[in-house]
Amino acid sequence: MAGGVLPPPSNRGGTGWGPLRVPLLIPTWVMIGIFLLLPVLLMAVYSFLTKEFRGGVIWDFTLAAYDQFFFDRGLFGDEPPVIEWTYISIFWRSIWQAGVATLACLLVGFPTAWFIATRAPAQRTVWLFLITIPYWVNLLIRTVSLKFLIRDNGPLNEALIGLGLLDHPLPLVNTNLAVQLGLFYSYLPFMVLPIYAAVERYNFALSEAASDLYAGRWTILREIVLPMVRPGIVAGCILVFVPSLGAFLAPDLLGGAKTYMIGSLIDEQFKGSQGNWPFGAAIAVILMTMVLMVLMAQARAALKGERK
Amino acid sequence: MSTAIDVRSVVKHYGTMTALHQVSMAIRDNEFFTLLGPSGCGKTTLLRCIAGFESVSGGDILLYGRDIATLEPNYRPVNTVFQQYALFPHMSVLDNVAFGLKMKGVGLAERRARAGKMLEMVHLSAFADRMPSQLSGGQQQRVALARALAPEPKVLLLDEPLSALDLKLRQAMRVELKTLQEQTGITFIFVTHDQEEALTMSDRIAVMSQGRVQQIGTAREIYEAPNNRFVADFIGETNLLEVEVVTASGGMAEVVLPGGHRLRCAAADTTPGRHHLSIRPERLSIAAEGPLTGTVERVVYLGTDLQLLTRLPDGAPFTLRLQNSARTQVPEPGSTVSLQLEDGAARLLVD
Amino acid sequence: MKGVRHYPGFLILTLGCLLVLYAPLVVVTIYSFNDSSSITSWGGFSLRWYVDVLTGPESARFAAAAWNSITIAVLAATASTAIAVAAALAMIRSGRFRGKSATYALINLPLLVPEIVTAVATLIFFSVIGLTTGYLTILIAHVTFCIPFAYLPIAARLSGIEEVYEQAARDLYATRTQAFWLILLPLMMPGVVSGYLLAFIISLDDFIITNFVKGAGMETLPTAIFGSVKQGIKPNIMAISTVMLAVSVLFVSLSYLVNRIGQKTRT
Ligand SMILES: Nc1ncnc2c1ncn2[C@@H]1O[C@H](COP(=O)(O)OP(=O)(O)OP(=O)(O)O)[C@@H](O)[C@H]1O
Ligand SMILES: [Mg+2]
Repeated sequence: MAGGVLPPPSNRGGTGWGPLRVPLLIPTWVMIGIFLLLPVLLMAVYSFLTKEFRGGVIWDFTLAAYDQFFFDRGLFGDEPPVIEWTYISIFWRSIWQAGVATLACLLVGFPTAWFIATRAPAQRTVWLFLITIPYWVNLLIRTVSLKFLIRDNGPLNEALIGLGLLDHPLPLVNTNLAVQLGLFYSYLPFMVLPIYAAVERYNFALSEAASDLYAGRWTILREIVLPMVRPGIVAGCILVFVPSLGAFLAPDLLGGAKTYMIGSLIDEQFKGSQGNWPFGAAIAVILMTMVLMVLMAQARAALKGERK
Repeated sequence: MSTAIDVRSVVKHYGTMTALHQVSMAIRDNEFFTLLGPSGCGKTTLLRCIAGFESVSGGDILLYGRDIATLEPNYRPVNTVFQQYALFPHMSVLDNVAFGLKMKGVGLAERRARAGKMLEMVHLSAFADRMPSQLSGGQQQRVALARALAPEPKVLLLDEPLSALDLKLRQAMRVELKTLQEQTGITFIFVTHDQEEALTMSDRIAVMSQGRVQQIGTAREIYEAPNNRFVADFIGETNLLEVEVVTASGGMAEVVLPGGHRLRCAAADTTPGRHHLSIRPERLSIAAEGPLTGTVERVVYLGTDLQLLTRLPDGAPFTLRLQNSARTQVPEPGSTVSLQLEDGAARLLVD
Repeated sequence: MKGVRHYPGFLILTLGCLLVLYAPLVVVTIYSFNDSSSITSWGGFSLRWYVDVLTGPESARFAAAAWNSITIAVLAATASTAIAVAAALAMIRSGRFRGKSATYALINLPLLVPEIVTAVATLIFFSVIGLTTGYLTILIAHVTFCIPFAYLPIAARLSGIEEVYEQAARDLYATRTQAFWLILLPLMMPGVVSGYLLAFIISLDDFIITNFVKGAGMETLPTAIFGSVKQGIKPNIMAISTVMLAVSVLFVSLSYLVNRIGQKTRT
């Protein structure tokens, strides 16, 4: 018999990997637990610490960072608090920019996903492949490329002038539009893929049935298709909105001072000795909280949808 | 004859569900033994417990006297032919067949020779270098068989190995399997829910239902002398009549039939009271006079046989099978006929 | 009547979508072969900027950065793939257990947390435990966020492999270890290769997190490029970008092909 020398191990639970479950999972628990989950929790603690003037921290608990975010107490901190709009408006701008980018992605992404999902199976994989490739190209390089393309005397403006559509270059860089375009361009594949997955599962006989019952093309889209593929649309919107909210590269490279977003605000708090780590941590906590709220709302909606 | 596999009071729980209730059976050396039963009765579970893919919740499994119930599968000299064959898709046919020998530490030259021989035995020598995906279903089946036989296991386990084949191939493989078993002298434990397969191939059959063994015996024993209602009903066709037992002793009983006639018959149960009587449809004939009368409802033409669907006076359905020969007189639907029983046609059952 | 699948204008939008996605990349690729030192005018085809990347004044800096990027990507992809294989075995082949959904959430955590938040949290963590930021901290962070990218294709492949192959191997006297190396791993290979390649690209591409945890003087290609771009887009940056773009496309295509082949040899 095989392996006769060693005492045969006793058999608990057949051939599955149950007996080795814990050792198999320890690396994952350690890596993500210690190097991501724990740091995120630590960051939350850090946001309540006191800033030292050289950029370090003192382990004294305080709400100063959050106070600084929401309230203005004057130059010396002794005036009655009024709402501080500087940071709230940066958040608001981030939400707005991310929202516009998400809407743009949806308006282009849905037709694209629909178009791909209605091709023959062999063609579908090719189209999908074309859509996914840019996602795997370095985001920094893509953003730099976009900036190169749309800058004042870049190829886009030259082409438009050459075609006689413009007589002087359209200033795009450093505008809100450029940032929106950058976000749109960065995360468009995230919108197409989940919607594609939903449309692929959609039963086209439903459209045919509606058409048989005298519904027009666009009525069918509104009344039948959209409700059926909604989970895919919601997933796509979240996949675009969430990273756009915390984006750093697009606003930093394509925008200017007027288009400041959360990512740059956080980044700034960790630069050199002017930085303020507890304040940066607090902003990150607020961002993380917003993201969690969006994700939880979606999870709830998804659960509700399943129960239906 | 010595016992190859002794299953002693094996219990298997899946959570709160019990798949095997105190299953016991002694499978003899060199036997073609079949586990037969309806879907979900626990045949695969028992086989997997013997192979070691599933741990038992209670009881022992002895292989030639040695307890193997707690051994990992690779320490059990028992091989399995899987229902879906499970040929390793990334290895050639020859490598598949030689795998077990390789694991047992047999050297390259010898294992190639022995695997080659096994392939010869299943008539697949020409396919040694193909990949499994390049074989037909029947060929894959035979490779799976060769692979499991190559390490010369003490016992071969086969879980519905023929169910994925078409009817013609299935019938040919039955013969081939039986021949292989006789040639190799290896004990086969064969799982099926096809009773024809079980009856034609097996030395002995264990009929299972709902995780319990109902009866173990030869094909003739379980067909002609079923222990209980389940076995009588599951194996072949039968008529079950509720009867009153008058006297019973020594394996015989006297019962009162629904029409009032008395009948002496073999009995599995000898307690008095109301019990079920099994009467096989082919052991009946139409006669001028008989203990039962029935009204013919329909005559079904089956080719070699004719099936007569009748109803007894108390409304119970009752079926006869008559041979389809020129001499057979076929009654008209609606007519009333007297039914005669052959000797030993009826058997009193345990419920 | 063209059927209920057809909507007018969807083809145009799809092509528009591809145009937006590819135009910047194509333009940069073309201009990387520009002979002119000005990025605005076309001076004919040449490889001078590729030569400049290799031998020019910034070549030493780029070479060091490339070396760091590649070694980190190789190490991070290797480690995260190994971790992901182990995790997939436990998640898919060990039945139900307490903490399974928590573990699943943990595996996906790097995908849920915004990158900038991961960057901040990791930096704070390293500073609190007193680990000097540098090569090692970049590597740890990369291994961590590469895990889900390696896990997804590996887990998808593993759940498509029936347990019966391992059982057959065990039945034929293979130990658990032998059954894994000789049967299960070869069957999982397409998933493992594709997970490795994706983890490699993700590590190679990362900018935000690396930028936070790299420490002074340490550069990877993206941080080096970012540093240069801050002073304006120069032609040599376009050459480097084109090379990186080619590497990404090559790896994704490989990963895709491996998966296709894997599907053909479907078990
Ligand atoms: N892993 C499992 N977990 C829970 N219940 C199981 C498991 N495996 C089998 N069972 C249950 O145990 C019972 C016996 O199953 P088993 O597979 O042995 O049936 P079977 O006789 O082989 O049926 P079939 O002819 O359909 O193959 C069934 O009710 C089944 O649902
Ligand atoms: Mg079964």
